[in-house]
Amino acid sequence: MLEAIKTYLNSSVTPGEAGSQLWALMYIVAITLGISLAVIAMNWLERKILAHMQIRLGPMRVGPHGLLQPFADALKLLIKEDIIPANADKLVFWSAPVVVTMTAFTTFLVVPFGRTHAVTDMNIGVLFMLGISSLGVLGIIMAGWSSNSHYPLMGSLRSSAQMVSYEVAMGLAIVCAVLMTSLQTGTGTLSMIGIVEAQQAQGVWFIFKFFPLGFLACVVFAIAMIAETNRAPFDLPEAESELVAGFHTEYSGFRWSLFFLAEYAAMLAVSSIAVTLWLGGWLRPFPNLLSGPTWDLAFSLIPGLSFLVMAAGCFLGTIRMPKLLRLQAIGLATLGGFVGLLGLVMLLAGVRERVQDIFWFVAKVAVFMYLYIWYRGTFPRYRFDQLMKVGWKVLLPIGLGVLILTALVGMRQELLAVVVGGSR
Amino acid sequence: MSDSTKLDYLDLESKDKTFLDSTELVLNMGPQHPSTHGVLRVILKLDGEKVLGTECVIGYLHRGVEKIGENRTYAMFNPYVDRMDYVAAVSNGLGYCETVEKLLNVEAPPRAQHIRVIMTELCRIASHQVWLGTHALDIGALTPLFYAFRDREEILKIFEKYCGARLTTHAFRIGGCIYETYDGFEQDVKKYCTFFLPKLDEYEELLTTNRIWVTRTKNVGVLKPEDCIALGVTGPVLRASGVKWDLRKAQPYECYKDLDFEIPTGLNGDTYDRYLVRIAEMRQSVRILQQAVERIPSGPIMAKVPKVIKPPVGEVYHSIEAPKGELGYFIVSDGSTQPYRVRVRPPSFVNLQALGTMVRGMLVADVVAVIGTLDIVLGEVDR
Repeated sequence: MLEAIKTYLNSSVTPGEAGSQLWALMYIVAITLGISLAVIAMNWLERKILAHMQIRLGPMRVGPHGLLQPFADALKLLIKEDIIPANADKLVFWSAPVVVTMTAFTTFLVVPFGRTHAVTDMNIGVLFMLGISSLGVLGIIMAGWSSNSHYPLMGSLRSSAQMVSYEVAMGLAIVCAVLMTSLQTGTGTLSMIGIVEAQQAQGVWFIFKFFPLGFLACVVFAIAMIAETNRAPFDLPEAESELVAGFHTEYSGFRWSLFFLAEYAAMLAVSSIAVTLWLGGWLRPFPNLLSGPTWDLAFSLIPGLSFLVMAAGCFLGTIRMPKLLRLQAIGLATLGGFVGLLGLVMLLAGVRERVQDIFWFVAKVAVFMYLYIWYRGTFPRYRFDQLMKVGWKVLLPIGLGVLILTALVGMRQELLAVVVGGSR
Repeated sequence: MSDSTKLDYLDLESKDKTFLDSTELVLNMGPQHPSTHGVLRVILKLDGEKVLGTECVIGYLHRGVEKIGENRTYAMFNPYVDRMDYVAAVSNGLGYCETVEKLLNVEAPPRAQHIRVIMTELCRIASHQVWLGTHALDIGALTPLFYAFRDREEILKIFEKYCGARLTTHAFRIGGCIYETYDGFEQDVKKYCTFFLPKLDEYEELLTTNRIWVTRTKNVGVLKPEDCIALGVTGPVLRASGVKWDLRKAQPYECYKDLDFEIPTGLNGDTYDRYLVRIAEMRQSVRILQQAVERIPSGPIMAKVPKVIKPPVGEVYHSIEAPKGELGYFIVSDGSTQPYRVRVRPPSFVNLQALGTMVRGMLVADVVAVIGTLDIVLGEVDR
């Protein structure tokens, strides 16, 4: 047993490559728990950040600064009465949230949180992710249809049309990144780890590759991914002011919370794809400008240090509380102690090399998640026909143009050779 | 089973039509719906997302305000009118008081007139702020709501300091005002004017040039001027269609004839123009406030009105420019202490009639935008 742990800790491949089913299983459990925790954290963060954008405080009552609010909500949803409408198609109604949640979580199988931190490294990783995440539409249509009600039906129809059309632009943007992986080696890769390694080998994140091209493709992807996950300003399927709650109008309690979980997991999943494709996945920032072993060491210390800073923030908050012996203060201090301990562990030599990959990956995903919240606080909602117009008439041509230009720029030497050779 | 495959019951005209062509979806929007601004029920006949027809069902908030008026004395009925358009309670009270004053043939003294103008213009800004916040929320912009309510709070504070109430103020009495201004009233209003103008720019920054906002509101719910007049639509909705009709200029009441302000009008009569007109109206209201505060004279605030109001036999119609349009009162007096009949012409009720004309052929999302842009308050529609 100890041997197995040791050999794994020293290995430099994913459990899937190593063929270790035990480790793969443990990874799956860890990722499922981690994503659930991230959804809970995201729930709290979204409410807090949105609240501060809107001159409100957000949740403040349950726990220090409302930190326990998501848990209270989860508890409330679990003990709520489970209502299935009388005229609903029970089997489909029951299975729709399961389908949506399953697909949202399955995509994380191939997400590389680090060189060794992925369940497996599929050679068709990108296609797998796209395919699985498209299956989520199925669950939404099932939910809308089986509810036997007008609002959910319209919401699910909108959703399916929207997700299918934005997948086209999304696919074009992804092909750009895949094309870029083939530049030095001559053979491209669809493996998620391969794509990050290609960025490492070429010494540039694909967002900066061929300057406006990589950036444009990334922007197309970033817009399409918001539409793909039905978030503001493309949140028509659940447009509150029009369709009440869209496809999950008839859902309540635990089933509703599964939809909620799936929505945020899907947001995390597409953000992970974006980070992998454009922002260098788990690679640390400034690899070229600040290179060398000293900088490597400095950057590997950042995860632990940032956790220590968070712990310090918690302790400062505890001291500023009016009464130190109340549950809120004790809770915050405990959290601070826990976070600080984690930070200290992450500073250890053996741990920090393995943890920093995850840290940088998560930090980059957090940037995209913040953008999601920011859009929600700023933009009004598109109308359905305008949404389609943006998808087919704006994003698709831009995606196609960027794709063609990327191919041309990537092949410029060969093209030049042909032109020059032809003129001779 | 054999019957359903024939599809006879769907009444198909041609054979190439499928059963999908023959079905129209009837969607029941409200009375419990996030964006019908209360308890309005709209029955929509839809073809996919396209609106084929609408039917408004109202009356869910009917309290019989007009009938109550017949059983109360003139003074006792005054607070009831605040409950009609509860977003702009001050304007309601002003309209009622002026109508009874017209019946009694008295006029409020100049100082009272100025206080009334200041209060109603503050109320107009507050009402437009509620409209802006909820309208933007309907179209999906969450943040303007909170900005608008933050700034409306300052107006409510002035109301509270003046008459003790924030929403249903009952600020005026028949014959003038009962409350003298508090110390620092003028400064508060001036401070509000300087505070509010930059905030208005802030709202505009979020919306006016926002691409999504413009595409969502331009050419949505277009009302031609002749349609407006035919339907009796008044207020900012009428002015956005290009008709320069504002009762403050057309039939000046109180001290509006001495004040210098403009009537903003639109060109296209679409939702975007109505938005611009209301924003411009808020700026004009600030202008009126600044002048009125400077000119406020000293003197009595109450005209000579008998303790027991017994108007002569007769009938009178008087209307004022409320934030939402022409608010008219028709009062019939039989010479007793109670009105024989009170009839209110509420702007929201009349403006709501235009909904069907405005949304026919548009999409479901536009219905929500149009209900928001009409700025209806169901308390006033149903009374």
